[in-house]
Amino acid sequence: MNKEFMSGNHSFGEAAIRAGCKHYFGYPITPQNELGEYMSEHLPKAGGVFLQSESETAAINMVEGASAVGARVMTSSSSPGISLKQEGISYLAGLELPAVIVNVMRGGPGLGDISAAQGDYFQATRGGGHGDYRTPVYAPASVQEIADLTYKAFDTADKYRTPVMVLSDGLIGQMKEPVVFPKKIEKLPEKEWALRGMGSGPSRLMASFHIDPAVIERHNWKLFRKYQEIEKNETMYETYMTDDADIIAIAYGCTARIAKGAIKRVRKDGIKAGLIRPITLWPFPSQIIKDTASKIKKYIVFEMSTGQMLDDVLLAVEGRIKVQFHGRPGGAIPTPAEFARIIYREYQLESKS
Amino acid sequence: MKLKNPWPIYFKKDVETHYCPGCGHGIVHRLISEAVEELDVGKRTICVNPAGCAVIAYNYLNVDCIESAHGRGTAVATGLKRARPDLFVISYQGDGDLAAIGTAETIHSANRGECFTAVLINNAVYGMTGGQMAPTTLLSQKTTTTPTGRTSGNDGYPLHITDVVATFKGVAYAERVAVNGPAAVQRAKKALKNAFQAQIDGLGYSIIEVLSPCPVNWKMSPIEAWKWIDDVLSKEFPLGVLADRRPKAV
Ligand SMILES: Cc1ncc(C[n+]2csc(CCOP(=O)(O)OP(=O)(O)O)c2C)c(N)n1
Ligand code: SF4
Repeated sequence: MNKEFMSGNHSFGEAAIRAGCKHYFGYPITPQNELGEYMSEHLPKAGGVFLQSESETAAINMVEGASAVGARVMTSSSSPGISLKQEGISYLAGLELPAVIVNVMRGGPGLGDISAAQGDYFQATRGGGHGDYRTPVYAPASVQEIADLTYKAFDTADKYRTPVMVLSDGLIGQMKEPVVFPKKIEKLPEKEWALRGMGSGPSRLMASFHIDPAVIERHNWKLFRKYQEIEKNETMYETYMTDDADIIAIAYGCTARIAKGAIKRVRKDGIKAGLIRPITLWPFPSQIIKDTASKIKKYIVFEMSTGQMLDDVLLAVEGRIKVQFHGRPGGAIPTPAEFARIIYREYQLESKS
Repeated sequence: MKLKNPWPIYFKKDVETHYCPGCGHGIVHRLISEAVEELDVGKRTICVNPAGCAVIAYNYLNVDCIESAHGRGTAVATGLKRARPDLFVISYQGDGDLAAIGTAETIHSANRGECFTAVLINNAVYGMTGGQMAPTTLLSQKTTTTPTGRTSGNDGYPLHITDVVATFKGVAYAERVAVNGPAAVQRAKKALKNAFQAQIDGLGYSIIEVLSPCPVNWKMSPIEAWKWIDDVLSKEFPLGVLADRRPKAV
């Protein structure tokens, strides 16, 4: 396989095309414009359709239409645009329609800034739109992972008939790195459930609205069981230098890269620090965090927010050990030196106690 | 006139209607069923159902149906048609749906000349939510949110959305019809068939606006509602062809 040197945003596009995505609907917003631009050039060549929609709202509803007839389909945006897509994502969940939604996060709230941030964790993992649903969320930490997880996101979406989010940020989106792409899928299996016109069979229906509350309740329990399956089968994480660690950082996406840099530094001074990196944010890797808690002194949660994933860590730890938080919100990017200082400080506090 | 089929294939039989007595929705459903049968596209039809009184149009239409969020029917239809250009797609929408919350999707799908047919039910109110003001509500018309009548100062003027999109080059066919009486119904069916044929011929976007009675929210009897369409509603929204960019037969 050839190694290519590519930006994160372009890699989303190439990985999607290789995964058999034939349709992309989206609206420009920085810092993810290169993704739509890539699709506009390469998707038609791959026999697909690129359409610049009039809004993110329109885009996600075009996704509904294309998904309903069985196509592999993608939309992408950055934070403010993802807010506009939430109603549509809720419909996709209710209608059980697969789709891949990319969020290249920027600073917020409001228009915020166009720098990388991680302030959309709650929105991504708590459903975001209305109703009792979940969205699987992949959080790549490198351009290579953008390729691998985008490719995988299409499989997960189809396997469980659910919208899937790939949650990245302006840093990884804009960054160029060597990347090896997965093989191009030439032919996908037909989706039995898709709308296709009656042909010779009975008419088909896709609806999330039911007048009878008993029907909606049954539907919600069905979704719930599906989410349980996803939790059981699809949780992903990476551990780094955790075997002998006294103190473990928990971070995802680009923040995990920065934390790794910090851990390398403090390890030189003999500080036994490690990292747990959630790769799926929902389902969250609670078990490993819970199991590891009994073996170490302290967790430090690093985020580019004022503490969102922190909630999930606290739920997993259940008060067993101390959890320290360090975050930089709104688009300010921390450095490995800054994280290293926090690790030194927490380590010293622990040694004293 | 003798019908080819005693009952249209694409109109479900033996179902109870949930529409109010004198409602226009059921008539339009029946016309759509007849038209797709006569044009032989029923087996490849997908109808997008709106949030509105027609949300369960699939209870009556015997074709593939998909639900859309309020106002987004033409975006869903765009996705369907872009992914499967061989399918025949109808976006069935109320006036609140198509001309208020979904205005952007309406305008842009029409302007792109997306090759599907929008069917707009203009009943001058929000039916499903209980008779509030719609963009099409007439000046001085009383609704539950214009209790003393719509005023231009507060609410602006009745919105002529079909006239607006009729000016777009991407629109192959646009006509406004009514369903208040047998003659009007026949004209409505002809208009639907013209619009559907434009889609079949790949000519672009088509839209049929139907002035449709909502006796319950107009606080009228079904007969009074028919008359009100003739005497009042169609004075604001005159019937007729608004755009016809189909190539002329030679
Ligand atoms: C986002 C959103 N806002 C509001 C509603 C509530 N709602 C449902 S239908 C409707 C208006 C229906 O009026 P119209 O489109 O004119 O159709 P009609 O019922 O008259 O046929 C509204 C406001 C909704 N379902 N979704
Ligand atoms: S409220 Fe009006 S539009 Fe809705 S079903 Fe009743 S008559 Fe028809």
